[in-house]
Amino acid sequence: MSMKWKTNNLLFIHVTRVTAFLILALSIYLFFAGHNDPGGGFIGGLMLATSILLLYLTFDRRKINKMLPMNYANWIGAGILISLLTGLIGTIVGKPYLTQFFDYFTLPFFGEFELTTAVLFDFGIYLGVGGSALIIILAIAEDT
Amino acid sequence: MTNLVLLPLLIPVIMGAVLIFFSKNEKAQKIISGITMIALLIGSITLFIAVAVNGTLVMELGDWQPPYGIPLVIDRLAAFMLLVSAIVATSTLFFAFKTISPIRSRYFFYPFFFFLLTGINGSFMTGDLFNLFVFFEVMLISSYILMAHGSTNFQLRETFKYFVINLFASMLFLAGVAYIYAATGTLNFAHLGVRVAELGQDNILNVIAVLFIVVFGIKGGLFPLYFWLPRAYTGPPTAIAALFGGLLTKVGLYAIIRMFTVVFNHDPDFTHTVLLVMAAFTMILGVLGAVASYNYKSILAYHCISQYGYIMMGFSIFSPIAIAGAIYFIAHHSIVKTALFQFAGVTEKITGTSDLKKMGGILSSHPWLAWLFFIAAMSLAGIPPLAGFFAKYPLVLGGLEEGNYIVVAVALFVGLLTLYSMIKIMKFVYWGKAKHDEERQKVSVRKLLYSVAPLVILTVVIGFGAEPVLQFTTEIADEILDPTIYITSVLGE
Repeated sequence: MSMKWKTNNLLFIHVTRVTAFLILALSIYLFFAGHNDPGGGFIGGLMLATSILLLYLTFDRRKINKMLPMNYANWIGAGILISLLTGLIGTIVGKPYLTQFFDYFTLPFFGEFELTTAVLFDFGIYLGVGGSALIIILAIAEDT
Repeated sequence: MTNLVLLPLLIPVIMGAVLIFFSKNEKAQKIISGITMIALLIGSITLFIAVAVNGTLVMELGDWQPPYGIPLVIDRLAAFMLLVSAIVATSTLFFAFKTISPIRSRYFFYPFFFFLLTGINGSFMTGDLFNLFVFFEVMLISSYILMAHGSTNFQLRETFKYFVINLFASMLFLAGVAYIYAATGTLNFAHLGVRVAELGQDNILNVIAVLFIVVFGIKGGLFPLYFWLPRAYTGPPTAIAALFGGLLTKVGLYAIIRMFTVVFNHDPDFTHTVLLVMAAFTMILGVLGAVASYNYKSILAYHCISQYGYIMMGFSIFSPIAIAGAIYFIAHHSIVKTALFQFAGVTEKITGTSDLKKMGGILSSHPWLAWLFFIAAMSLAGIPPLAGFFAKYPLVLGGLEEGNYIVVAVALFVGLLTLYSMIKIMKFVYWGKAKHDEERQKVSVRKLLYSVAPLVILTVVIGFGAEPVLQFTTEIADEILDPTIYITSVLGE
């Protein structure tokens, strides 16, 4: 059965072009908001997947594959590696695995700023969750 | 020093992630995973020696003190299990190199092999009930994928059943975790042990204990919850079936041993009697399935069930000698069952079938294969001086000492039927006239035997060296029978 739901819906396409980036921005905001406020790598990753999925829904799969030539499986691998290797930082200085470190720095432009290794760990989760969500949905979409 | 604890957990998960990048490169995958596996084996041996010499190693992840943080605890039992897991996995991986076709391995076979190991090793190491749930999930998700790997119709159907039953078990597991948290206010094993002792293990805690028996009984293939196992283990390629039969279900049994020594150890008259009855039925019904079956792999799968019954019998008799026997039995069974599954794979490669009635006469065309199988089969059946005998002997002895005559009788009878069905395989597959044609008779399997032979040698070695091994497992038994050792090493004084 060929599905003929894809008409050239101008409004849809133009709104998507803007919204996809808004969602992406929100996902990055949520990612950095995490740790002390609601948000974090998991939710951010899901939002990232949504923004890319919206592009897939609006445009052709072929076109997006050309635009974003990425293997999402590698995202998962990279995510796991980043998270686990961040955990190893603690072992270098003789603390247990997964110990987190944070400190406050005064950066130009940002002012006082908290830098923590938990963000790196979270970034791994961000990539891993985003990649898995995309792979699952695209695999199901391909099946039909 | 304590970072040594991480090796069995971090090596497989990091290298599994690295392997994802090489999923299309067959050769690179084999080289990387081979090196990783050997590193893991060396790491497990080092850890085993360290724990055997110095006693329990505890690591508080993220520098959070227990009972608030999640500790990794490696006592002698966990170290022993990690060592067995590394040995079995090494052999299986090298067997998989030669039997998993490139078409299959492109679809992330090796990464998930290592993620499965991560889950298994993590379950052995963790000192926290919820963390155990997480590692169970890591292990189960990988096992779903490996079980369906290759997507034949039979595999998909059986994987679906396996998936549903395990999902149900995971749900019960989570409910059990919630119940026990509500009752005691902690999830750390050691802290649970303290709290349950304070509260007294009566009505409500016994209900929770039974819930955990059901959960781990499903995962560990105990009566009456083993029904998913035989067909699920028949479907996948033999390398995967070997790993599942040898290692995966042991995790459920290990979880029972851990939970019912550290936490629910105050009412053995109730909990351990339930386990003993389950063990007796598991033994007898499992072996009856094997006697009735004429498929090479499904005979082995049914035998897995009856052997899990033996392990549970040893544990639920709950005397030092029987528990020592049960732990010895775990090692013996992991080694021998993995070897036997691999023999099934090798034989299938020669004859192209796993139906006993269509095979015959392999002894004349491949004598090495047949004799190695003979040793492993006799070890499983419990013929001295092989490991199987010394695994069953303490169980029977312990059972007689404690006056559990019925279960001892069942165990001996099941041993006889085990011997019968091993001889059945011997008779149909290896003796008699060759039913495979000339061309198949020339198939060379020598390279495949290189990965199996060490396991067969090992079963002979731990059979002849039963004295020191049993001494060590007796030390383990003494250690786990005294939960205060575990509790003080985690919580401090």
